[in-house]
Amino acid sequence: MTAKDVIKREDVVIKFVGDSGDGMQLTGTLFSDTSALDGNDIATFPDYPAEIRAPHNTVAGVSGFQVHIGKKIYSSGDKADVLVAMNPASLKANLKWAKKGGVIIVDADTFDEEAIEKAGYTSNPLDDDTLSSYKVIRAPITSFTIETVKDIFTDRKSALKCRNMFALGMIFYIFGKTLDHTDAYLEKKFAKKPEVVQANKSVVRAGYNFCENTGVMESQMLVQQAQMPKGKYRNITGNIATAWGLLAAAEKAGLPLFLGSYPITPATDILVELAKHKSLGARVFQAEDEIAGICSAIGASFAGAMACTSTSGPGLSLKSEAIGLAVMTELPLVIVDVQRGGPSTGLPTKTEQADLVQALFGRNGEAPCIVLAASSSANCFNWAFEAGRLALETMTPVILLTDGYLGNGSQLFRIPKMADLPKINPPFAKPNDPDYAPYNRDPETFVRQWALPGMDGLRHRIGGLEKLSGKGSVSTDSANHQQMVEYRKKKVEKVADRIPEQTIEGDKDADLLVVGWGGTEGALRCAVQELQAEGKSVAFTQFNYIMPLPKNTGDILRRHKKIVVCELNMGQFVNYLRMNFEGLSFRQYNKVQGLPFEVSELKEVFNKILGE
Amino acid sequence: MAIEHSKVELTRADFASDQMVKWCPGCGDHSILASVLNVFPKIGYKKENFCVVSGIGCSSRFPYYVNTYGFHSIHGRAAAIATGVKIANPHLSVWINSGDGDATAIGGNHFIHVIRRNMDVNYILFNNRIYGLTKGQYSPTTKQGQITKTSPFGVIDYPFNPGELVIGARGTFFARAIDNQPQQLQEVCMHMASHDGAAVVEVLQNCVIFNDGAHKEVTDKEVRDDRQLWLKHGKPMIFGKNKDKGIVLRGTRLEVVTIGENGITEKDILVHDETTENTGIHMMLAQMRPPHFPMAFGVIRAYKQPTYNQLFEKQMEEAKVNAKIKCVDDLLNSGETWEVK
Repeated sequence: MTAKDVIKREDVVIKFVGDSGDGMQLTGTLFSDTSALDGNDIATFPDYPAEIRAPHNTVAGVSGFQVHIGKKIYSSGDKADVLVAMNPASLKANLKWAKKGGVIIVDADTFDEEAIEKAGYTSNPLDDDTLSSYKVIRAPITSFTIETVKDIFTDRKSALKCRNMFALGMIFYIFGKTLDHTDAYLEKKFAKKPEVVQANKSVVRAGYNFCENTGVMESQMLVQQAQMPKGKYRNITGNIATAWGLLAAAEKAGLPLFLGSYPITPATDILVELAKHKSLGARVFQAEDEIAGICSAIGASFAGAMACTSTSGPGLSLKSEAIGLAVMTELPLVIVDVQRGGPSTGLPTKTEQADLVQALFGRNGEAPCIVLAASSSANCFNWAFEAGRLALETMTPVILLTDGYLGNGSQLFRIPKMADLPKINPPFAKPNDPDYAPYNRDPETFVRQWALPGMDGLRHRIGGLEKLSGKGSVSTDSANHQQMVEYRKKKVEKVADRIPEQTIEGDKDADLLVVGWGGTEGALRCAVQELQAEGKSVAFTQFNYIMPLPKNTGDILRRHKKIVVCELNMGQFVNYLRMNFEGLSFRQYNKVQGLPFEVSELKEVFNKILGE
Repeated sequence: MAIEHSKVELTRADFASDQMVKWCPGCGDHSILASVLNVFPKIGYKKENFCVVSGIGCSSRFPYYVNTYGFHSIHGRAAAIATGVKIANPHLSVWINSGDGDATAIGGNHFIHVIRRNMDVNYILFNNRIYGLTKGQYSPTTKQGQITKTSPFGVIDYPFNPGELVIGARGTFFARAIDNQPQQLQEVCMHMASHDGAAVVEVLQNCVIFNDGAHKEVTDKEVRDDRQLWLKHGKPMIFGKNKDKGIVLRGTRLEVVTIGENGITEKDILVHDETTENTGIHMMLAQMRPPHFPMAFGVIRAYKQPTYNQLFEKQMEEAKVNAKIKCVDDLLNSGETWEVK
């Protein structure tokens, strides 16, 4: 029997889960890349444990990869329409993420007594009513895989490594995708191991044919193609986009990029990526600790590089004192914080937005920085570029907040042309300028000039001690200190003149304004658009410029009867708005589960507020 | 890395700062500053190519008192900041000033790693065995038993010997000098400037206020000839008022002998070789101290090894040869891309 019907869908969420080491990340990536090449818009999100290889077949060792494909995709999606579970533990850990009525594909061969018990089930979930609300496909993935490759691999271990390809083949059939991209990937990846290429290709086809021949699915699903602006596209993760945005800013400024960094989940990939690009002049230094990471960047900035450091929450804490030094010495510096669940070590592999207050205020003394937040995996490129531009043009440290969800997640990225990006003009001092002094300032912007060691006639000293305005010698004079504190504050406030106004999606005076910042944009926009389509009076605005806020922020907020600020923390941005806009009343919706917002929960919240 | 030389002859005046020097009268830092001001013009680099970086502490005020590009940073971090300066611009001569607290307590991690990497920087470690700027607390180099503000019953910590730390961290250059013996200090600094890689000189420095006589067991006029062994590469290790004492290697240990006694002649005395890769003798020399041994001064170790910066620049150059990705546009368009028309 072959599939008779084709169901058309605007979007669909597929989640691949298995033991870490089962190859779920690769399976998900191959499916999302194939979909993107096939014309779908995509967003992906890997969900992996902190342990590299937790005990086999346990819930702790489950690794997953979620793919959302469709016509217009803003996030990696809520619940899965199709859940592929490679063992009982992964089913146990992920059943709550399967949509009721959705499809669950399991490797039925793995549901033996031992694995079922290890997963924490008291009886076989395939036989009791655990899965009664789902359409379950019990696929003999392990046995069919071994059978398929029996002429290539005689050992079970090698054969089992191909299991993920069987699941992938099934999914390719269900969504009517071709195998070309996967074939090409396998041929390139295992060019020196033709037997591995052959085995994997055979298993993908076995999975595909299994679905087609057995008719386990009554219908195939055709997911709508995206209507995307013309241009060249690629798939990109937030961390790679961040790394590339930094490289782009350095190139536009005509400066070498310096990155001083220490590995930390989930920010490490920025360091890993930039370490590859020596041919682009990236000077990358893996430091002995977080403090050396930022301090080396401050030294590099003094010496004239576009200097950056990358980290996650605990690392940002360690860098606090040095950020203060960069504020005091007024050197350009980009600090990327890929936020994760905190406090302390917290939830290293999970996402959260709880470093905002630390970024804004987490230093001794009056130490204002520019704070920006990226809001999608792809626009990490733009915000990293903007962070570089503002740091270099205003001689001020910039903290760029992304998060684990953006950093590890991927999205389609419309490739920009470097010629279309703005030029970056750092305020270099002129060699032998007799009027140069380290703390002379531009009267409009309060920005000081950048004199680099090696330049003739500009020798000077900077440091963490308060300096005399203008001349820059050490000063403990009380009036001078007040003036310098005010200059540093005004310099950051003046950045509002260099940035665009905040925009709003929906009616300017809608009953409810939904406010977000940073990485929650996709889910918030999706929820608002669905309510707008239902005729609800809801508008939406997402902040990327946090410090300073765009000049028109107050004007936007004041037009709405109700405002709800949604964030993945206990209310850090809403309190920042309360501080800045006294008299306005803000509602808040907060979640701290290490997980992104779901569209469905947001709609529920917004409907409730509209009904009040 | 080639550093551009000055086209004109420089003098001490070229590096004199207009800032008032605020160290206590009699502080050993004054004479270290005087020595450095004499050495910088002799090194011959263009004056704009010197970059002096410090952390926090009395000694770390140093950058304000030399007219170069200077950075007075935060406690313990000078080595990390200097690392960034040198990687960003290898054509600078980078100098670090740090104290025993700054370098071996709060900045201990950066200290060992800048050495381990053989970063091409010159590190002057002012060791007065006390926290001076916070008014007299014991440091990691304070002697056991000493009474200080925070050790009213005597220090029970075992002290660091900076030389052991440097050599233990794979240091390629370690020297020791004394604040009030400027001639030798300047010689050591010149040698250090010519060494490619992380070069550390520990300067025994006196703190007249909080630890007066910090090193008197080796620096006092009455004892110094018998307790200071000034090493010279290729020369026998002879010391003493009458130049009749020497160091010999007996089995696996050093021993002090008297020339002319028990049949010992100058030929039996160990000859100093600062260039060996093997750290054995260098470590033993760094560990020597009174009363049974003299303390070793001068250049104890100067071993040639490629610097971090030479290896770094080599990789940068090699990466550019045949690189497929030559600009960010190339990068953006690399790998799998597709056109939407």
